[in-house]
Amino acid sequence: MAEIVIEDLKKEFGDFVAVTNSNLTIRDGDFFVLLGPSGCGKTTTLRMIAGLEFPTYGKIFLDAEDVTFLRASERDIAFVFQMFALYPHMNVEKNIGFPLKTQGVKKSEISKSVLEVAKLLHLDKVLKSNVSALSGGDKQRVALGRAIIRRPKAFLMDEPLGSLDAEFRELMCFELKKMHNDINATTVYVTHDQNEAMAMGDRIGIMDKGVMLQADDPLTIYNKPRAKFVGSFIGSPAMNFIDIHSFVKKGSSAVKIDGSQLAIPECHEDSHIDFNYLGIRPENINIVDSGDISGSVYGVEYLGANKIITVDTEFGRIKARVPSSVHSKIGDNVGLEFDSNSIIIFNGDDEMAIKSQLMN
Amino acid sequence: MSEIKIENISKKFEDTDAVSNLSFTIKDGEFVVLLGPTGAGKTTTLRLIAGLEEPDEGKIFINNEDVTASPPAQRDVAFVFQQYSLYPNFTVYNNLAFPLKSPLRSLSKEQIDEIVRDIAKTLHIEDKLKNKATHLSGGEMQRVAIGRALVREPNIFLMDEPLSSLDAKLREELRLELKNIQVQLGATLLYVTHDHIEATTMADRIGVLKEGELIQIDPPEKIYNDPNSVYVATRLGSPKINVVPSKLLQMNLPAQVEYVAFRPENVSLDPEGTVDARIETRQNLGVEEIVTVNCMGEIVRAVIKPGSLARSGDNMKIAVKKRNMLFFDNESQRVYL
Repeated sequence: MAEIVIEDLKKEFGDFVAVTNSNLTIRDGDFFVLLGPSGCGKTTTLRMIAGLEFPTYGKIFLDAEDVTFLRASERDIAFVFQMFALYPHMNVEKNIGFPLKTQGVKKSEISKSVLEVAKLLHLDKVLKSNVSALSGGDKQRVALGRAIIRRPKAFLMDEPLGSLDAEFRELMCFELKKMHNDINATTVYVTHDQNEAMAMGDRIGIMDKGVMLQADDPLTIYNKPRAKFVGSFIGSPAMNFIDIHSFVKKGSSAVKIDGSQLAIPECHEDSHIDFNYLGIRPENINIVDSGDISGSVYGVEYLGANKIITVDTEFGRIKARVPSSVHSKIGDNVGLEFDSNSIIIFNGDDEMAIKSQLMN
Repeated sequence: MSEIKIENISKKFEDTDAVSNLSFTIKDGEFVVLLGPTGAGKTTTLRLIAGLEEPDEGKIFINNEDVTASPPAQRDVAFVFQQYSLYPNFTVYNNLAFPLKSPLRSLSKEQIDEIVRDIAKTLHIEDKLKNKATHLSGGEMQRVAIGRALVREPNIFLMDEPLSSLDAKLREELRLELKNIQVQLGATLLYVTHDHIEATTMADRIGVLKEGELIQIDPPEKIYNDPNSVYVATRLGSPKINVVPSKLLQMNLPAQVEYVAFRPENVSLDPEGTVDARIETRQNLGVEEIVTVNCMGEIVRAVIKPGSLARSGDNMKIAVKKRNMLFFDNESQRVYL
């Protein structure tokens, strides 16, 4: 049971600002993913929650208790690193029980807890095995077991699956999520992999250049990105962006591109300047004979259930995700039709979304 | 005009059959991808065509000419490897110009300059021409390596996983470019990979290899929708195709049908469905959602539109239309009903 609250958090390393102006509430029982490119400040944020770094400014609360300057050992949390390290000379049972042993818990109680955790992680049949004899997956489970057994208030994980190959990572993703559903402990999970984040997170916080840009559930993050960066970082292929060389007024429901008007969700505020971006996801664009804008097909990528069609237009290269039944080939002239309900306008200066019927 | 024909090629390394009785043709201007896991014989096939290995049996023809015994230099093929093989002390310009300086080509300086600048433009490296080859990013180095193959205008391009050492974003970008260039130039290209996305997005035809044997060679759509075996069916698609014992579906099927396969995008969660299922996990990928369900012990994956209200642990039914099912016998070979 733990709620983590971060208030105006800032961290400087000399002249370098690693994290700035970050506010965040991680609800009790949430699987919260901190996502962003390397250097965005996600690991620094996690280390401050853990107590491995102290912030330059701001506060951190764990269950309403101010823990900002408590050391890691004084916070009731478990940290799981990228490389799972086990004690090679101990068997599975002793590895899992070790944290309790150091706390001086009675032997009978340790074995009872170990058995409980081992059952949860399907390790009960290998308790007496030497850890070096285990498969990679079982080793990871032992490391998880050692973190779980203390029943901490929260788990903090720093790219725990980063060093695994793709197939195994998928499997461990599935297992971690299942374990989280079973024990329901607040988890903060750091990754740079958008698929991992979307697949596992109850909520995702996206960071760039030290700033927390948006924290929401995966579907909202995907459909209603509040920043241009979020739209481009999430989704494969990424969101398309088109330059708009005009002011967008409160109440307007169209923008001018290519000399014609393109319908957009009604805007609820003015744009900052007379330059903006129009954002649209590839699956919200149709290939037609003559549409909102036209161009020449640069690439057709067949993916089985659907196709990605890349079109060179006077507004740049635009990607559409269409059903496999759509036939186009390289060099074809085609029109692009936009689903106007899903268009988002981003300010040209700070690249944040303009409030609208969609982005309320 | 260049056509490559391979006839009953076999190659053994000690006791291992690297390639057995392989036959296929690459037509002029065609992009063929050989797809298979490590050890399937992909690289050996390339090396046999290049003349870097000699076959134990069979023949290789380039433009109807038997080249089985010809040395590599006489075959006029260009090889692009997984690891960029550039001259590290040369500039990008000289790396690209090097194959053109061969006395056999007798090209003037001006002609070479024109070809090099043309290729550099196509590959978006025109502003890197003066850089040393070692002062480039991984993606740029591989562009130069591909460029050096392109300037030669060979009979055929042989590419051995050229994108596999690049990061995901760059790989996506370069495969789009490579395909576009191949179409523009009308180049004949044989490309080997273990990545099914590279195969479906670039190939005119995909050859599926298994332990040195060619299992099926067809256009991507046919490999995806009409595979001849369970092996081929499971090569393409993410998430993977569902393969379940036929009795799970409680249908009236001929006795020889042992397995039924269907793609995740053809599974619907449907209260009127025919098979009982319990939802295990849901993965929301934004554009779609992957739901795994447990049907009497069998895990079935479904791809649905995001936003359904189903929750983990819910009991459900699933439905699959019969026209979306593929049937296989106990040898995992296709049964056509």
